[in-house]
Amino acid sequence: MAEENGRKEGQSAGVGLLESVREKTKQATQTILEKAKEDLQTLKEPEKTQLWRSIFRVKHDDTPRNRALSVLTNVFFHLHPAKVNRDAVRYSFTWGMGGITFYLFIVLTFTGILLMFYYHPTKVQAFRDILYLEHDVPFGKLLRNMHRWAAHLMIIAVWLHMFRVFMTGSYKRPREFNWCVGVVLMVLTMLLSFTGYLLPDDQLGFWAVTVGTNMARATPLLGHEGPFGPQLGMTPYNDVRFALLGGSIVDANALLRAYIWHCIAIPVLAAIFMGVHFWRVRKDGGISGPAPVMLESEIKEEKGPRPVIMRPAGTKEWEKTK
Amino acid sequence: MWGDWYQLWEIVSAPDNVPIVALLFLVPFYTWYAFRQAFETDRLIEQLEKDPQLAKTHHRKVHPWQPGWPREVHTWPYLMRVEFLAAIIVTVILTVWSITLNAPLEEPANPNLTMNPAKAPWYFLGLQEMLVYFDPWIAGVVMPTLIIIGLMVIPYIDENPLGNGYYTYKQRRFAIWTFLVGFIGLWVIMIVIGTFIRGPGWMWFWPTQTWDHNRLVFEVNRNLHEWWIFKYIVPQNIWAWTVFGAIVVGLYFAGAAYLIHRICMATEFSRKIYRRMSLLQIVTMQILLILMLALPIKMLLRLVFRIKYVWVTPWFNV
Ligand code: HEM
Repeated sequence: MAEENGRKEGQSAGVGLLESVREKTKQATQTILEKAKEDLQTLKEPEKTQLWRSIFRVKHDDTPRNRALSVLTNVFFHLHPAKVNRDAVRYSFTWGMGGITFYLFIVLTFTGILLMFYYHPTKVQAFRDILYLEHDVPFGKLLRNMHRWAAHLMIIAVWLHMFRVFMTGSYKRPREFNWCVGVVLMVLTMLLSFTGYLLPDDQLGFWAVTVGTNMARATPLLGHEGPFGPQLGMTPYNDVRFALLGGSIVDANALLRAYIWHCIAIPVLAAIFMGVHFWRVRKDGGISGPAPVMLESEIKEEKGPRPVIMRPAGTKEWEKTK
Repeated sequence: MWGDWYQLWEIVSAPDNVPIVALLFLVPFYTWYAFRQAFETDRLIEQLEKDPQLAKTHHRKVHPWQPGWPREVHTWPYLMRVEFLAAIIVTVILTVWSITLNAPLEEPANPNLTMNPAKAPWYFLGLQEMLVYFDPWIAGVVMPTLIIIGLMVIPYIDENPLGNGYYTYKQRRFAIWTFLVGFIGLWVIMIVIGTFIRGPGWMWFWPTQTWDHNRLVFEVNRNLHEWWIFKYIVPQNIWAWTVFGAIVVGLYFAGAAYLIHRICMATEFSRKIYRRMSLLQIVTMQILLILMLALPIKMLLRLVFRIKYVWVTPWFNV
């Protein structure tokens, strides 16, 4: 068909074919170029692409609405409220210690997982694995150092965080329960560090854990050297210390138990409690301050609920005015 | 024996002791930092108390504020940029620290070769130090439990509604003193003692005093019923000791409770708060404070009067 048309216009078949191919190629090139340009255009404005919009569900122009949405629509950021007390962002109020503790927990998880690739929790291999890490694994020494020092830092940070929460009176109503969650977190943090101490299987960890767990012998009722322990039938082979160590001495079973507590059980527990902790910070009305000061003359005679005895909520004046 | 600066340097610079050295600076710094803000707030409080008219109109913070300024700012970017900065700074510190100092690694674990001194990890040294003054069931089990319970109970017994969400000293003197005594006096300082003072055999070595592994101490530790006039009064049999110890401990409880009561009744303001407390709250607070106070008292008895046990019974000793 094309050839016939070509001939009608009085041109040779060969030339017509060439022309039309050239024509079509030109058209095609044009289209491709146009499309390429269109695609290149999206590099300039990536936020207009489908890919972008599927990931970031809102625009990011600098408007108050978008500032709020960028926090609220991000699963990691939405732990934060969209807005905070203007003075709470000052370092002087929180000292950033809660956030730093959490950041160190993440660093520890990251370096800890990398360490796990090289470590076997067995008496034969544990110590050698540490030597291997220190001398042969690329950046192995740095990795181990970072894990160790981050653990120490996390303990200091958690204490200072508690200190600041106390000094700002932030444990007071309505944050009592979150303070308790915090205490659990602090204990878990220290236990995490302690269970990790044994893992290199060297003298330092061995004796520290021996000293530590020897105290468990003396647990009242449950330890074989504790008050009323022997009377209840406790021996070195059935008391709490035995349960902790998986034996009557610090040995292979203790190493395995420490490993599992350290790498699985306590981190999971701590992560759960941290989730609750952050959730409660939000639900208790965000960070406690810096709040306007209250004067002594403004203390209401009306008390809050009794610490133990419950009564229906919302019946007291202070509960109505939020 | 004395002036052994090299050994002191060795202790201070041991990689695992770096956190304690850091603590020596960080804890005083943050205490100062908290108190500086507390005193600043207290000055504002005084001003507002003197001038009720000002109290009605003032924004009641020490931070600058003017009418028309928003009371809240966007998390993005104002909070997130601080968090980001903090993360970077912590990362830098951690990286530099990890490049310059190596985590310790001793010889392989050997149950036949005792480490002397065998120290717990530094954050538990407070408990290990308590072992000097109390039997393991108290220092290792009862005390930690009490610390955890005591901390958790704080929000439920502190009936003082003031000082919620701002630094202040004036409005919370009792609470702040209690916490500082516990945290700094009985926890941080015990850790410092455990690190810098305790040497082989967990004996007391002053800084720069050489650790002598063969040192023998000829200190005779007596029980309270063998000391002073008590040894003439108390019959030398275990049941008499049990009764005697129970009486002493009972007297201590009564005396300490009275002292705490007096402190709570000391000022007009503290009486007001004390009156708000329920019986359960008062009893809980009393018991916890009495037990907390027992630690420094037992330390004193032990370090100054060389008394080992106050209460000896067939089942346990205190
Ligand atoms: C793994 C340990 C912990 C983590 C990761 C953590 C994290 C946080 C974070 C990020 C905040 C927000 C404000 C801030 O940074 O100060 C916070 C607030 C709070 N934390 Fe923790 N925390 C931990 C342990 C504790 C401990 C040990 C306590 C107390 C015993 C505690 C009690 C509180 C309370 C009461 C608040 C609310 C403070 C306020 O509203 O001003 N937390 N925590």
